[in-house]
Amino acid sequence: MSRRERHGATELLRLEGVSMHYGSGANSVSALSGVDLTVKRGELVAIMGASGSGKSTLLTIAGGLVTPTSGEVVIDGQYLSDASSAQLAAIRRRVLGFVFQDFNLVPALTAIENVQLPLELDGWKRHKARLASLDALRLVDLEDRADHFPDDLSGGQQQRTAIARAVVGGRALILADEPTGALDSHTGELVLRMLRSRIDDGAGGILVTHDARHAAWADRIVFLKDGRIVDETRRDDPSALLGARA
Amino acid sequence: MSVRHSILALLDQVPNYGYQLKAEFERRTGGSWPVNVGQVYATLDRLERDGLVEQTETDSDGHVFYAITETGRAEARAWLTTAVPRATTTRDELAIKLALAVTLPGIDAETIIHAQRSATLATLQSLTRSKVAGGDPDTIDEFGWQLVVDALIFQAEAEVRWLDHSEARIARLRERGLAATAPSGAQGAPTDPPRRGRPLSTTTVVSGAANPAAGSEHPDSPVTGGAR
Repeated sequence: MSRRERHGATELLRLEGVSMHYGSGANSVSALSGVDLTVKRGELVAIMGASGSGKSTLLTIAGGLVTPTSGEVVIDGQYLSDASSAQLAAIRRRVLGFVFQDFNLVPALTAIENVQLPLELDGWKRHKARLASLDALRLVDLEDRADHFPDDLSGGQQQRTAIARAVVGGRALILADEPTGALDSHTGELVLRMLRSRIDDGAGGILVTHDARHAAWADRIVFLKDGRIVDETRRDDPSALLGARA
Repeated sequence: MSVRHSILALLDQVPNYGYQLKAEFERRTGGSWPVNVGQVYATLDRLERDGLVEQTETDSDGHVFYAITETGRAEARAWLTTAVPRATTTRDELAIKLALAVTLPGIDAETIIHAQRSATLATLQSLTRSKVAGGDPDTIDEFGWQLVVDALIFQAEAEVRWLDHSEARIARLRERGLAATAPSGAQGAPTDPPRRGRPLSTTTVVSGAANPAAGSEHPDSPVTGGAR
């Protein structure tokens, strides 16, 4: 824990020289090479790139689901390489929220039960977890659907439930993998509006997408190509940035 | 031309005068297409000359009111219900620039793509921001403006998709050993002028490549000396 909170509290995620290789020797395949990236509170970073560019690998590493071959992942001030598996699990429960293309709600649970599930897994009392979950559903305009099962919700409502689940109980880092991929254009935009307002209220997030129109909701857009960041566009810097080319 | 037809469409609702027509047009399109009032007056003159509108009265403030004629009404309806023609040839500067760039030795088309994509994405971000920051989308003025912003957003998105597509095509071309731009070692002096009126032929083959297309005219190569 010696390296904890070395950086400011506004930083939620930092990748330091993260590389990921599969296989070994001549057959080694590099999925990510020396990626540096930070996400602060109030900041949404979009990751774009062609299929196979390393977008999903980056997200699974940022979420602590996969350990990189080299480099460091720092979530909310905690170096994951220093964390025990129990600490890692706790970070995932308390800091991270995932949003997937296909929603990943438990079909046998109602919307609110889906939202409160991570809190209960974290030892919250049921009543307190329910209140926090209602709050989270209110933030995505779904409190009146709290007791509906996923099958009774539209795609957009299911994804908003997933966003509520990702931020419930004060969790601050949202990792979204093509969250609008299964939604029509207008519904996708409503979902991004919800995601954006969670970020503006102090969360941080990574949005993996191949759709420029959706990436435009982010503060920064990072391009991956062959596992490297090749371009980066900042909202406050409209001039073209030509990154180091791979 | 759409200012002319927009004015006709507005006059189809109620007679009006120049300055008010300018204000109505801008309000209904969210100010996304500012017009100057002189342009509106000139347009009204032409519409009157063509028999599509006529002057009716002048109010106490000196505003000259115009009303639509039957011919004008038919023209306004025809405009609203007819598809807007799209050009089938391009004068798009970016497309032309990239098409030229892939044939010029020493110019890296991918650098152009990267720069353009960053700039277009920044535009997309700014359009998205202004849309999010906009007012209540349930008011009709705001709704009209958002439709216009949406159009700009989708156009910018289409450009990014085309850039991605072009980047992938250029990369594939390179993999096949048919470099679109000359490898630096194969160039002459940087000051060598390109030969006038001929496709460049120094760029076709990466030497020693085990490439069946090397040395032959490949149909997909944009740079096949003498093939066109």
